[in-house]
Amino acid sequence: MADVVLENVTKSFGDVLALDNISLTVPDGSFVVLLGPTGAGKTTILRMVSGLDNPDSGDVSIGGQSMTGHTPAQRNVAMVFQQYSLYPHLTVRQNLEFPLKSPLLKTPRELIDQKVKHVADILQITHKLDNNATALSGGEMQRVSIGRALVRDPSIYLMDEPLSSLDAKLRSELRIELKKIQADLGATLLYVTHDQIEAMTMATHIGVLDEGKLVQFGSPREIYENPVSIYAASRLGQLRINILPADLFPGAPTGARFIGMRPEHIAQGEGVESFVKRVEHLGDQTRLHLVYKDHNLVTVTDAHTPLRSGDVVRIQPSNPAYFDADGNRLTQG
Amino acid sequence: MSFSVTAPSTRQKWIAGILVIGYALITLLPLIWIVATGFKSSPDAIAYPPKIVFDPTVEGYVNLFTTQTRLIDGNAEAVEDLPWYEKLVRERGNTIVGPSRFSERFFNSVIIGFGSTFFAIVLGTAAAYAFSRFKVPLKDDLLFFILSTRMMPPIAVAIPIFLMFRNLGLNDTHAGMILLYTAVNLSLSVWLINGFIDEIPIEYEEAALIDGYTRFQAFYKVVLPQAATGIASTAIFCLIFAWNEYAFAVLLTSGTAQTAPPFIPTIIGVGGQDWPAVAAGATLFLLPVMVFTILLRKHLLRGITFGAVRK
Ligand SMILES: Nc1ncnc2c1ncn2[C@@H]1O[C@H](COP(=O)(O)OP(=O)(O)OP(=O)(O)O)[C@@H](O)[C@H]1O
Ligand SMILES: [Mg+2]
Repeated sequence: MADVVLENVTKSFGDVLALDNISLTVPDGSFVVLLGPTGAGKTTILRMVSGLDNPDSGDVSIGGQSMTGHTPAQRNVAMVFQQYSLYPHLTVRQNLEFPLKSPLLKTPRELIDQKVKHVADILQITHKLDNNATALSGGEMQRVSIGRALVRDPSIYLMDEPLSSLDAKLRSELRIELKKIQADLGATLLYVTHDQIEAMTMATHIGVLDEGKLVQFGSPREIYENPVSIYAASRLGQLRINILPADLFPGAPTGARFIGMRPEHIAQGEGVESFVKRVEHLGDQTRLHLVYKDHNLVTVTDAHTPLRSGDVVRIQPSNPAYFDADGNRLTQG
Repeated sequence: MSFSVTAPSTRQKWIAGILVIGYALITLLPLIWIVATGFKSSPDAIAYPPKIVFDPTVEGYVNLFTTQTRLIDGNAEAVEDLPWYEKLVRERGNTIVGPSRFSERFFNSVIIGFGSTFFAIVLGTAAAYAFSRFKVPLKDDLLFFILSTRMMPPIAVAIPIFLMFRNLGLNDTHAGMILLYTAVNLSLSVWLINGFIDEIPIEYEEAALIDGYTRFQAFYKVVLPQAATGIASTAIFCLIFAWNEYAFAVLLTSGTAQTAPPFIPTIIGVGGQDWPAVAAGATLFLLPVMVFTILLRKHLLRGITFGAVRK
């Protein structure tokens, strides 16, 4: 395992600037999650690190050594692909053995069997080991492709939305398993996901990407609590952050165009009057959909709230964030 | 009209079976006729109306493999000690003076047919992989050029090739024929295999590269097994062409390297019209392609692998 550093990496495909001067450090033993909408450049970053593609300019280094000119095999990275995960002409077991039998690793037979069994147990695919790779459900294929990475002990694991097609139970189990591999074995992971919970629970660091630019990099808490822009703020949070014109509430600093309030940043009981539009009882909490001066807001409230649609609630911002006309955070906010 | 996906009933199976067998009989009839004629005696072979039931004999095969002359009387040895094929020939008043050239010609066909197929497939696969995976300048033009070599009838280029072969000393040589059939088959193999390799997503190779394999190992371990079906069927097409080719063979071979197709018709001329011998030659000539096809059948029938695709 080792530090992975991207320095001023730029990559374009024809007219598309996929990566725009990205500098990013994945510290040894960390779990870095890349967030960003489709086309932001997440997969491209993984491909730069793996060596499947090379940057137009800039440098990728692993363990302090520049990787320019190194083949994927020489980089010793493991990758879970977003698509086409398994070798269709091999069985599940042969798929899992494939990296271990490579000229790179040349693992002895007993160790191969041991590792394959261990990983198959973690991923709950032991009973499918002798299936053909094509005779699996989508979720099973995905687990095998994770397994093909986990049998190895690479300098970094690159994972492109590895849990996306699993059911909720398996997903939460594997989330814990992956986190454990990182925490116990000190593995380094660079991980792409669209899932808020995965990002918040597993990441030690999150990188927020916007059209090939790294707009913010920090711990999940930091990005949740101190987003640099409306864009970064919108990437995290089960409920989207409420963005309203800043002048709707008193106390906006000069230059503020928008006020951003996460659901927990709306204090109830005092302040301006708003109307309850809808009440959603989720069991452990209740979501309140409010209307204030023609603007919609969402907040959470007590699980057993007596509030009903049409009621009036007084609200005021508590600890909000202010943004300028371009959506960038105002520093004093 | 409605379609169902339930299993067919017994009656439907019977109807389907009868239809398939009937169709097979119609298409196989010429083949059956040739095989049967090979086992007929000369008079039976040309009998009219044609004989369905006949006394089988291997006379045709013996004639095919031997050269004979009329037996001069007084030369009679102890008939008992003669081998069975000599006895058979004696019954018609002939004697065997030596082997015929059939096995030589047949062996030429095997060497030239399989040899050229081998080279066409190896070179074609390499070229197709490069066209499919690398940025080849003028790729489309090159591919079209390769295809265009197949557009003229062989006869149109026969004379120039004949002259070239004569100057290069390739006339009537195995190497020359293998070279020629490889060249003709290459366009077919490059195009077909290129199509098959294009169908294999590049992600599999990328995965293999990440898994610690070199580019060539990735090709060998991941691409080749998946293209096997396509390559096998291409090989069959190449072999069938090289095996059956007549025009070039007549023109460019006469002795050492002569293949079976130009040789078989010459059997007719030797000692009257010996149809059973011709039929025997044709039967044996059909066998290798049939065996080859049956051997590769597993790959052909394995069909399209849908791939372990996650979308
Ligand atoms: N091989 C390629 N050829 C041309 N354009 C490409 C190629 N690969 C990526 N791109 C472009 O680069 C940009 C970034 O692509 P990338 O695959 O990194 O996005 P992503 O963040 O992984 O998106 P998603 O969440 O949909 O997987 C996109 O605009 C994409 O169209
Ligand atoms: Mg992607």
